[in-house]
Amino acid sequence: MKALYFASVRERVGLAEEDIAPPGDIATVGDLMRWLATRGEGYAAAFANARTIRAAIDKTHAGHEAPIAQAREIAFFPPMTGG
Amino acid sequence: MFAPTVRVQEEPFDAGVEIARLEGGGEVGALVSFIGLCRDEDGALTALELEHYPGMAEEEIARIAAQACERWPLEGLTIIHRHGVIKPGEKIVLVVAAARHRSEAFAAAEFLMDYLKTSAPFRKKERRADGAEDSWVDAKAGDDEAAARWAKR
Repeated sequence: MKALYFASVRERVGLAEEDIAPPGDIATVGDLMRWLATRGEGYAAAFANARTIRAAIDKTHAGHEAPIAQAREIAFFPPMTGG
Repeated sequence: MFAPTVRVQEEPFDAGVEIARLEGGGEVGALVSFIGLCRDEDGALTALELEHYPGMAEEEIARIAAQACERWPLEGLTIIHRHGVIKPGEKIVLVVAAARHRSEAFAAAEFLMDYLKTSAPFRKKERRADGAEDSWVDAKAGDDEAAARWAKR
């Protein structure tokens, strides 16, 4: 699946997007963030305060409990500041 | 039934032209518009940089627009949100809600702005006049509260 990173998450990870292949026991958005946080210093910083990070699965908002099995694209971002 | 107009674009928009597009429908008795502008924060900012999630931004605004159309009997609706570099004084966002009567138009416009703020995938970064590093604008708790109050009604 494709992971997309926005704003401060993108800057800390150091990438805008990448293909990822999480292990089979990674079932939810929350699991995925915990797994991503183990991938390096930048990832650890990006997901250190995972509670505040929002996610979207295939361009629709998704909670941390949402299953990722069918996801093609998962995006991570800090809370919105548009408008 | 009309289809709401939703645009996410880098270039400026002409609010007068957009408002005029919703005038003249025979059933439109009230037209409420909201324009969000870039402030300079007493000279501290040279620009805002708005990052968006292409694709999701349009889809999410369309979802919010559809909710507004379910809640209020609107006769027309236009939402435009810019991204990219926006200078103080420039327009960032436009909401125009047309209805038979003003209460629906006011309510829909306010609902749309409250939800755009907390749900549409945009993030603002400030470019500072004093040369300090660009910094992301933090979300405000008040924005979540403003959106949440619509759920109680």
